[in-house]
Amino acid sequence: MNRSWLLWLPLAVVAFLGGWFIYGLVAPKDDLVHSAMVGKALPEFALPPATTGVEGLSNGDMKDGTPRLLNIFASWCIPCKAEAPQLDALKKAGAEIDAIAIRDKPEDVAAFLSEFGNPYRRIGADSEMAIQLKLGSSGVPETYVIGGDGTILYQHIGDIREEHVPMLLEKLRSAR
Amino acid sequence: MRTAFMSLLVFIATPVFAQGTGATPALANRQLPNPAQEASATKLMHSLRCIQCQGQSIADSDAQMAGTMRAEVRQQIASGQEPEAIRQWMVDRYGEWVSFEPEMKGVGLLLWAMPLLILLLALWLARGLFRRRT
Repeated sequence: MNRSWLLWLPLAVVAFLGGWFIYGLVAPKDDLVHSAMVGKALPEFALPPATTGVEGLSNGDMKDGTPRLLNIFASWCIPCKAEAPQLDALKKAGAEIDAIAIRDKPEDVAAFLSEFGNPYRRIGADSEMAIQLKLGSSGVPETYVIGGDGTILYQHIGDIREEHVPMLLEKLRSAR
Repeated sequence: MRTAFMSLLVFIATPVFAQGTGATPALANRQLPNPAQEASATKLMHSLRCIQCQGQSIADSDAQMAGTMRAEVRQQIASGQEPEAIRQWMVDRYGEWVSFEPEMKGVGLLLWAMPLLILLLALWLARGLFRRRT
């Protein structure tokens, strides 16, 4: 019986593994932990105001029929400062934005808002990150698109850059 | 002198200040009063992955997010929740990725079955050695 093809088997296995490893090296890397909550309803929560002069945020507040953005931020987070102009642009374009401030102090939030402006309708304080965990959010900043019925439609991880603004506005428009 | 001082500033790592200022949940670093419950919470915590410092379990990690996840695990254990139900709770929020113990289905099943498959392949390759030569 001719078994000469068997001689090629090790080479084939090594070539397959080699090809796989090269693919692993060149394939674009995605280190982000995406929320598995996209497509599901917002979890139940009711957060106190993050600072004086703003209103707190509950999941019921986002079920009023208007699609909106939910921005997860913190005054101590540097990319959150970088995305402030984009949030402003989104607000000017008609987007309603609610926010959750993560592990923040009221005076720090107030200082952040006075320096970078306040594009938010409501800001809830999540001082122990408990709601962040329930949202499947892995850090700050993150921005969710929330449907008018309180369903999580999309999760944007990281700061909003200029090129993301039209995309987020489009997501809001198609949610109407 | 001034240059020396300025270059010292390099050593002040910004991540230290990037941790934020808020409170850490009480149960992040405090054990449950019931030793049996604490044991099952700890066991589960060793098999859940920290979201922030990827690759460490939440039991090993000092990250804020890991503390929050430990508190959530302890809280749910204390309220009588089963460890596997809590694992599912985490998976429902962060995907299969959050668990260090992949489920025995889909690609995960291949992972579990791989040692057996390799053993079978090795036996098949070596079967000639066991044959009586005549």
